[in-house]
Amino acid sequence: MVNPSVANPPEAVYDDRAVRLFSIAAVVWGVVGMLVGVFIAAELAFPDIAFGIPWLSYGRLRPLHTNAVIFAFGGCALMATSYYVVQRTCQVRLISSRLAALHFWGYQAVIVLAAITLPLGITRGKEYAELEWPIALLLTVVWVIYAIVFFGTIGIRKVRHIYVANWFYGAFIIAVALLHVVNAASIPAGLWKSYSVYSGVQDAMVQWWYGHNAVGFFLTAGFLGMMYYFIPKQAERPVYSYRLSIVHFWALIFTYMWAGPHHLHYTALPDWVQSVGMMFSLVLLAPSWGGMINGIMTLSGAWHKLRDDPIMKFLIVSLSFYGMSTFEGPMMSIKTVNSLSHYTDWGIAHVHSGALGWVGLITMGSLYYLIPRMFGLREMYSVRAIELHFWISTIGIVLYIASMWSAGVMEGVMWRSVNNDGTLAYSFVEVVKATFPFYVVRLGGGLLYLTGMLVMAWNTWKTATIGRYQPVRIPLAVASA
Amino acid sequence: MESLYLLVPLSALLVLALLGLFAWALDAGQFDDLQREGERILATDDPLDVDQPRDEAASKQ
Repeated sequence: MVNPSVANPPEAVYDDRAVRLFSIAAVVWGVVGMLVGVFIAAELAFPDIAFGIPWLSYGRLRPLHTNAVIFAFGGCALMATSYYVVQRTCQVRLISSRLAALHFWGYQAVIVLAAITLPLGITRGKEYAELEWPIALLLTVVWVIYAIVFFGTIGIRKVRHIYVANWFYGAFIIAVALLHVVNAASIPAGLWKSYSVYSGVQDAMVQWWYGHNAVGFFLTAGFLGMMYYFIPKQAERPVYSYRLSIVHFWALIFTYMWAGPHHLHYTALPDWVQSVGMMFSLVLLAPSWGGMINGIMTLSGAWHKLRDDPIMKFLIVSLSFYGMSTFEGPMMSIKTVNSLSHYTDWGIAHVHSGALGWVGLITMGSLYYLIPRMFGLREMYSVRAIELHFWISTIGIVLYIASMWSAGVMEGVMWRSVNNDGTLAYSFVEVVKATFPFYVVRLGGGLLYLTGMLVMAWNTWKTATIGRYQPVRIPLAVASA
Repeated sequence: MESLYLLVPLSALLVLALLGLFAWALDAGQFDDLQREGERILATDDPLDVDQPRDEAASKQ
């Protein structure tokens, strides 16, 4: 790959504009998305707080919360870090600054349109794919631009080897494009209304093929890309086994695609498809734990960093949540367990141990590495605030998932208990009433997590105001062979 | 189960494409010297990575 005639000129610098914009956007959308989350958590405990205003009703704000935290907060963080990592590991500038800027503003437009349409009740009604067809179409265009910039940059790389993080980011970009296009296929019926081209159980199958792979490729593969770059960089040592990271990648992408049917256990979906989904879900435990151990063991011999460095705490604790939720997920996909857990708050507990624990903490840790570098500094304005943020959010997560686990098991047990004459022991509303204390604890956990995010926003603001971006020179590509 | 007529072939095609990509990666020598590739990202010219006196204003608090 290395060719002296195309080596970087000495004055070449990285293109960090899009990285900077996306990382700031991630922090801002994180605050917004988590705030909406806290509000709807409060609505579940105290249903009257919206005063009957339709735009603030749970049904409309819940998709706004999920879209904001997954696609706005998580998405912007993935885009920021992927543009940073691809340039550093390929030792080359982004292939086009203009396209990267178009990507940024286009993606922000999608987010703003989502924030307007969802409270108005404009939705396709598909979980995690609510955006109506004009916005879905715009997202497709923006995604293609993202793919062009990312893969184009890999195409002009000065290092022959493609670092493993780029494989994970690449899989995330391609898989999400495929999932989005298949699941968003619909027939418009006016500007803000459309019908899915699939119907009935077909539609459900396509939806959960999309839904679970969105978890697999958006919320897992993408963030594993972050993990494989920022943990070694922050620990200042190579990943524990680079060989295992390659195995992790290929094993994960070959097995993920068919786990979706576990969302449709005991439905009209044929039994054998449900069983296939369950089997693939169980298989997934192996690569997931391989990756988790690989990440954590990167610290082997330098465990003191876990005590001294709050960023390391974020990164490593996120991996332990990754391990927890990738153990819990396969267990919940077992049909007999699922018959207890499905439709209860156990599902909410599982999702949030993955979302707050894994995705949230790995993102915050990576951003704490990235943001000061976007302002010419070596660390954030306040390192103690990072430590504070870590403890507030960890306690918040524990409160959140412990209360939802308890509520979930209670609901499952109450729903299935029957009297001697075969009638149900509890009416539905009795179960709802029994969840109240757990919902209040969950609200507290969510509030703590939001507070941590506000600390991060303050720290980011201070860092941005005292620092100034310094262009970073690209090495002369002598390292490549 | 008509949706499976779409999703199963799609997955099969995807697996084939992935196999092709894996074969390319093997062939192109992507996996030839993994030890070194894992370490390479740590060696950079990034001025913010090497130990140097910090910006005084930046390190406050």
